[in-house]
Amino acid sequence: MKAIVNVFLKQGVLDSQGKAVHHALDSLKFDGVNDVRVGKQIVLDLSAADEASAKAEVTEMCESLLANTVIEDYAIEIVS
Amino acid sequence: MKVSIIQFPGTNCEYDTQYAFEKLGATTELVWHKETKIADDTDLVVVAGGFSYGDYLRSGAIARFSPVMQAVEAHANRGGKVLGICNGFQVLTESRLLPGALKRNEHLHFISRHHHLKIAGNENAFLNKLCRDDVVNIPIAHHDGNYYIDPDGLKALYDNDQVLLHYCDAEGNVSNPNGSVDAIAGVCNAAKNVFGLMPHPERAMEAILGSADGKAMLEGFFAS
Repeated sequence: MKAIVNVFLKQGVLDSQGKAVHHALDSLKFDGVNDVRVGKQIVLDLSAADEASAKAEVTEMCESLLANTVIEDYAIEIVS
Repeated sequence: MKVSIIQFPGTNCEYDTQYAFEKLGATTELVWHKETKIADDTDLVVVAGGFSYGDYLRSGAIARFSPVMQAVEAHANRGGKVLGICNGFQVLTESRLLPGALKRNEHLHFISRHHHLKIAGNENAFLNKLCRDDVVNIPIAHHDGNYYIDPDGLKALYDNDQVLLHYCDAEGNVSNPNGSVDAIAGVCNAAKNVFGLMPHPERAMEAILGSADGKAMLEGFFAS
């Protein structure tokens, strides 16, 4: 079973990398971009028995290590 | 005074820190991160600067789970003094021993140069040898020094006099190199026994290095 974790800075916390990419897209004349957020994706290969236990386990991983919840939000997707 | 200096894989300021504290008359000991104990007679634990675990995931995120950190947390929780410099500051915020978090510098560059700092809080065990609004000149060297805390947290820091240092220019006017909230360069915890700052006072111990202002900062720990 695989889990995909996406980690992004919280809304309201300035994402400097996103701003820089947005600015670069602007200078390349991609005018239709309203906002850019840059985050990171962590892919986990798990031996969990079922989706619910996988999700519970990954949530614990996010809270303790994978995300810094002071500044970051995370989203977990379980794919089999 | 006994100073225990923590070394993680990737720490690179431990010997400068050792030099600085020994120059001031302390006994020092380097403590490898696999240790589960720090010496009982330790007065101050310093989490030195560097790139613990290569800054993988986030600066300080993995170091926080090294065995020695439990001993550091226990030392802090019983009122012992802890100082985190640069990566050490990041480790202490990741451990939640200090409030807030350090983000990538606003302009996304690594900064390495001298910078002035204004003393914001001196009624604590660290900066008591300096006066409020004193300006010191100390090196900074970091990629992730952009201090962030939410507005409620920021208010709590000011209400409790936990802001230690602001980045400024030579005249003391605000000059923010990395985008930190309110140009904050260092903070302490509510109990005022855990301190963290991005600048490196241990690299400013004598005039030949460009500044001896770090001495006046670290000397504070020697006052009773």
